Amino acid sequence: MNSFKKNLLKKRYNAERRFQWYGKIAIGLALTFLAVFMFQIFSKGYSAFQKTWIVTEVHYDKELLLIDAESPSKDDLENADYYDVAYKAMTSLDPGLPEEEDRQLIQMVSYKYETEVKDLLLKNPDFLGKIVPIKLTASDDVDQVHKGNYPRDIPEKNRRVNDYQLQIYDMLNERGDILSEFNISFFTSPDSREAELAGIASSFMGTVFSILVCLAFSFPIAVLAAIYLEEFAPKNKFTDFIEVNINNLAAVPSIVFGLLGLGVLLAVFNLPRSTPLVGGITLSLMTLPTIIIAARASLKAVPPSIREAALAMGASNMQTTMHHTVPLSMPGTLSGTIIGLAQALGETAPLILIGMVAFVNTIPGTPVDPAASLPVQIYIWSESAERGFVEKVSACIMVLLAFLILMNLAAQIVRHKFEKKWS
Amino acid sequence: MNLILVTFIILLAFTSYYFGRKKALVIQSSQRLTALPKFYGYYLAAWCAAPALIIFALWSVFEPSIVKTFILQDYTDQNLTKNELQLIYTKVKALAAGTYTGNITNFLDGSANKYIQLKGIANSAKVAIILAILILSLSFAYRSVQKNDRMREPVEIFLKWVLFVASLGAVLVTIGIVFSLLFEAIRFFQAVKIFDFIFGTHWYPAKTFVRDGQPDPELMKDAFGAVPLFAGTFFIAFIAMCVAIPIGLLSGIYLSEYAGRGVRKYAKPIIEILAGIPTVVYGFFAALTVGPFVKEIGNAMGLEVSAESALAAGAVMGVMIIPFISSLSDDVITAVPQNLRDGSYAMGATKSETVKKVIFPAALPGIVGSILLAVSRAVGETMIVVMASGLAANLTMNPLESTSTITAQIVVILIGDQQFGDPKTQSAFALGISLFIVTLFLNVIALSVVKKYREKYE
Repeated sequence: MNSFKKNLLKKRYNAERRFQWYGKIAIGLALTFLAVFMFQIFSKGYSAFQKTWIVTEVHYDKELLLIDAESPSKDDLENADYYDVAYKAMTSLDPGLPEEEDRQLIQMVSYKYETEVKDLLLKNPDFLGKIVPIKLTASDDVDQVHKGNYPRDIPEKNRRVNDYQLQIYDMLNERGDILSEFNISFFTSPDSREAELAGIASSFMGTVFSILVCLAFSFPIAVLAAIYLEEFAPKNKFTDFIEVNINNLAAVPSIVFGLLGLGVLLAVFNLPRSTPLVGGITLSLMTLPTIIIAARASLKAVPPSIREAALAMGASNMQTTMHHTVPLSMPGTLSGTIIGLAQALGETAPLILIGMVAFVNTIPGTPVDPAASLPVQIYIWSESAERGFVEKVSACIMVLLAFLILMNLAAQIVRHKFEKKWS
Repeated sequence: MNLILVTFIILLAFTSYYFGRKKALVIQSSQRLTALPKFYGYYLAAWCAAPALIIFALWSVFEPSIVKTFILQDYTDQNLTKNELQLIYTKVKALAAGTYTGNITNFLDGSANKYIQLKGIANSAKVAIILAILILSLSFAYRSVQKNDRMREPVEIFLKWVLFVASLGAVLVTIGIVFSLLFEAIRFFQAVKIFDFIFGTHWYPAKTFVRDGQPDPELMKDAFGAVPLFAGTFFIAFIAMCVAIPIGLLSGIYLSEYAGRGVRKYAKPIIEILAGIPTVVYGFFAALTVGPFVKEIGNAMGLEVSAESALAAGAVMGVMIIPFISSLSDDVITAVPQNLRDGSYAMGATKSETVKKVIFPAALPGIVGSILLAVSRAVGETMIVVMASGLAANLTMNPLESTSTITAQIVVILIGDQQFGDPKTQSAFALGISLFIVTLFLNVIALSVVKKYREKYE
């Protein structure tokens, strides 16, 4: 073999190796993106599952509460004036502070601290007249300082926590009066403008209702349509048209469905704005083609021998379909439905258009109450400037991803457990 | 009221099912049944529910517009425009519902009374008609049950019709999309010339906002030029493709031609996770991590980079699209017949030469199809752009500046409360229909290319 040929061969083999490496690098890049992405979300979000409390002492002084009765009833406690008591509880942290500076202390807890003081007494009426320790929700800024998310070394005027507050924080921290506990209120409270109080309960319920409405509308229609197209439709121009239509509908951008929801459901049918009902119907229009395609595929996968056997036993076409083909195709249809719903779950743009982006600070009880949904909540919070919302967004994303993973797992389980293998 | 009526009809249908089945058992004692007893029940139930519900639905659709024409008849001599009439009608309805807060004129009060009266008549008429229909159809059905007619066939024909109507659902959605978009878009193009929309280079709809009266036509002419949006849309899609095509295609080729079974089994689903992540999450990631990162690198190189750059949005969108291209091209390449590969190997070609010179050309149509589908996906993507690439419609080809897209502008215009009838709101629908047309065009081409490709090798 002469050297020219040898060189050529070497070159070709090098090219071969290079090409393989390109492929490996490409896959590596894709996986790296995923890893970086997950890492970012988790490293930013895990701290939102911890809530910071400031512990102080509150004196439930009858005089300050303006309670006259000897043994006050529940109503008396309900209507008492907690302003002074709560105020004293906070300012007692630094008795030497001049009165006009007291805002600095008050700002270290959430603006709802008065309610927290009240709730403790309502829960334990025998605290009246006593001095008891109380946990108050730390303000967003103190919370971030405690979690180490807030740089302490930037100049004071650029900091939302000033030197005095940092000093108090350090003092409390040394005494062990700053507590970090699992953040239950993140799951049980609705949205709020204050990061330390904001929770996902309202958007979570909104998502659940939207998905249920979406399921109720899209599943029956999609399955019936799939049965017709796969089992009964004559092969003609019109059914071809329906088929092309479904395929194209599956690729229409989601925002167009939002416009449809706005232009038809809200403007023509006058359905209530910002509600999971409208959101769910809009999403169901979107998932309809996905479910139809999945249901048709699983109907097609039922072997013809099943149908022939049923027909041979004297069943009508309708009986064959309803008693044999459709039940056998159900596992595939159901897993396709769950995947379609998971897609709908992550949709944001159409819901924004139908007004589910409104600020909702109550937990919706029915599908016709205004609500947000988890993805929309992510959008709303990520538009907020406050630092505390960054970790909330990441935590919300973690909840959403967990939801999605669960649904996809469910789809896998349904498919593998119940699907019959034909061979 | 409506709820009670519907519940009543449905309950009656259930009762008639049981009644029909029972009747069949009675008939059975004297003569041979034509079908299983449950079909007698289905037959009665179908006749009970279907006509009544259809009439009910039709009535609910047409009643409001009929009432509206009756009410507005009194206003025909006042030479009012359509919008004013609409406003009056809303006022009348609010007054009748007791939620009206403006000052009440005698005329308005009269109309509201008439409205309440008409509604009352309509409601009682509805109940009467539906009850009559129920009685008629049930007695008809009962007679044929008594005569022991054939029962299975009519039920099955009815079911088939139900299935057919359901399959029209998808068509209905398409019609709904086209009409809702067209309706508003046409009204928009009455205010703004279509030429100005397609060829204008300034997009600044907020400029047309005027507190009272009509906006200045000169302003309108210059505020709704969609060229910057089209350019921005395709520019960001182009950046996304620059990321997604090389990575997606190479990983698709590697997975289908080189990867062992184990790698393929795990790598493919993991890459597909990228497609399952909601886009709002990508948007957050782009805005919070990638945007500042791009800015830092740019500043380090002495470039001026906006915090919300087209590059950041496009790159993240590209990552999102990788799995579309990799999975589709993997499928397409796997579908290339083995004998093409064998032929190439037999001629002494290496694997990469086979991929580049034989398989890739053979799979090209399918790959092009999958890329077109991915482009359509990128064009329709909303949240990443909304969150990561700014909202000002700059006409620029600099990836480091911020640009906006059609989808992002639709969100910007329609977020919060909208007023129908305002050219700004209508412009969102005009943008929507252009988006719909563009993606439809891409999809139709892509699907037909892929279909042709499949037919070639099957």
